[in-house]
Amino acid sequence: MSEQTFAQKALARAAGMETVEIGQVVDARPDVVLSHDNTAAIRRIWLQFGQERVVIPERIAITLDHAVPAPTTKHAQNHAEIRQFVQEQGIHNFFEVGRGICHQVLSEEALVLPGQLILGADSHTTHFGWLGAFGAGIGRSEVAALWATGELWLRVPESMKVVLEGELPPGVTAKDFALRLIGDLGADGGLYMSIEFHGSGIEAMSLESRMVLPNMMAEFGAKTAWIAPDAKTTAYLAERLKRKAQSGDRRFGKSLETLSVSELQALLLSMALLPDPDATYAAVHHYRAEELEPYIACPHTVDNVVPLSAVAGTRVQQAFLGTCTNGRLEDLAAAAAVIRGRRVAPGVRFIVIPASSEVLKAALEKGYIQDFVEAGAVIGVPGCGPCMGNHLGIPAPGEATISSANRNFRGRMGTPDSEIYLASPAVVAATAVAGVIVDPREIGG
Amino acid sequence: MRITGRAWKYGDNINTDVIFPGKYTYTVTEREEIARHALEDLDPTFAANVRPGDVVVGGRNFGCGSSREQAATCLVYNGVGAVIAVSFSRIFYRNALNNGLLVIACPAAVEAILPGEQVTVDTEQHVIRCTAGEFPFPPLSPSVMGIVEAGGLVEYVKRKLATP
Repeated sequence: MSEQTFAQKALARAAGMETVEIGQVVDARPDVVLSHDNTAAIRRIWLQFGQERVVIPERIAITLDHAVPAPTTKHAQNHAEIRQFVQEQGIHNFFEVGRGICHQVLSEEALVLPGQLILGADSHTTHFGWLGAFGAGIGRSEVAALWATGELWLRVPESMKVVLEGELPPGVTAKDFALRLIGDLGADGGLYMSIEFHGSGIEAMSLESRMVLPNMMAEFGAKTAWIAPDAKTTAYLAERLKRKAQSGDRRFGKSLETLSVSELQALLLSMALLPDPDATYAAVHHYRAEELEPYIACPHTVDNVVPLSAVAGTRVQQAFLGTCTNGRLEDLAAAAAVIRGRRVAPGVRFIVIPASSEVLKAALEKGYIQDFVEAGAVIGVPGCGPCMGNHLGIPAPGEATISSANRNFRGRMGTPDSEIYLASPAVVAATAVAGVIVDPREIGG
Repeated sequence: MRITGRAWKYGDNINTDVIFPGKYTYTVTEREEIARHALEDLDPTFAANVRPGDVVVGGRNFGCGSSREQAATCLVYNGVGAVIAVSFSRIFYRNALNNGLLVIACPAAVEAILPGEQVTVDTEQHVIRCTAGEFPFPPLSPSVMGIVEAGGLVEYVKRKLATP
């Protein structure tokens, strides 16, 4: 048997096969099928199959996050249709308005485990690589087909190995590394590929930092992305599984109540699928963490990346901190550290939207929300916020926004004649204070 | 199958936000209305002037960005016959085939096709014809061709469910 990549092992497992070759098309059975506000549209496709019941209710996870709470009657009708479907089909993994963004919520709820396959009607489903799962985005019709049959064709992708050695300097984050990689190789640099992250720089990262990398690989054209689960990963998941001990979760073959955290950790680690040392890679790229700096993706493509210094002084009218990419506690902490005791610049709106209710609660306890409010920021409901131009911070024509999100395409935030700059959370906060793009290290942040 | 129409030619990294803006994804649900917003933030003349059989031509990474299926269906609902590009973003590629929209990666044809000229896609001989000549493209894999031949994923699944 030849040496296998993570993608080969994960898709072989999901297809119930011993091994699969790169390029082979397999019928895979995902462990989790994700959808969000698009669930009503998926239901209307699924109805064409004439089924009364979906075949995999226990594998379906649905969050309301993209336009929450409903900004218009039409959005409200959309949500109402989804709630009705959830009730009719007995779907337990349903998360209401305000719980948070799908990728963050499913992570916090430990619904996706190492080595598993999650397919979602959301391009950032690559996110789940942070815990060693195979996550890939699919279309609405494909989710409907999964509800009806439980399986979907997938091509086994080529893999790229990205190695980060060393430790990131202060003020340089996983977001900067992701932007640098996309800037170096282009928005199609990882097209169709599985991106495996390796190296001491990845191991040294916090889990919240790791989450940024597979998430951002959607902007690299990747099919999926992967980081090796370690003791930090399994501790996070095991603790959350124990919190749900009463839930009747039978994924481990016995009740969660009878398993200790350390037993759960061992089980989770045994589920990890590690690539073989001599697996076949289409490309290998090496980076030194110490050589990285803060980067900005300039309008209107994510690969239009420059060092922050090249655009320092650019005026913005709006700063947005949030999203599935950078709306976690660590991100809010970095931004709060910059803004504490300062004021948002005149002529700037600073919008802060925690990625989930868990993040919001922790940020309240830590005092970060108070820091933001005292500085003059606006706090939004956990969810996607203005990332995709539905509501809660749509820019006016001619305005520029600095954002911790993942996409800066023309019109992304709802207005084609506006500009979006992507950066790390601390840079977003520093820019909100200065009114112009600035390195937080230069204002003593 | 033979598709003939005018070429609407655009550049690299044509993303789903300019093909079908995200602000419409949960509220615009009727076919005609979805069709009206096609390529709105890229080429405001497109939706009003595109004719059935016309071909959209793009550069690298066509359809990058969101998983929203309307990026494919807004072209289908306008009668677009095919999208020819240097390369495609993977979710758009799947969405297009799943809705019976032919997507062909053919860098040589993209280079040769002039904006507005007549283009023919011949899916039996696997060639694209334009003023500059004929450009062959590889056939789809048999498993995926099954979905296209069924008329899209929904029809394909219907048949599968009907087979005991």
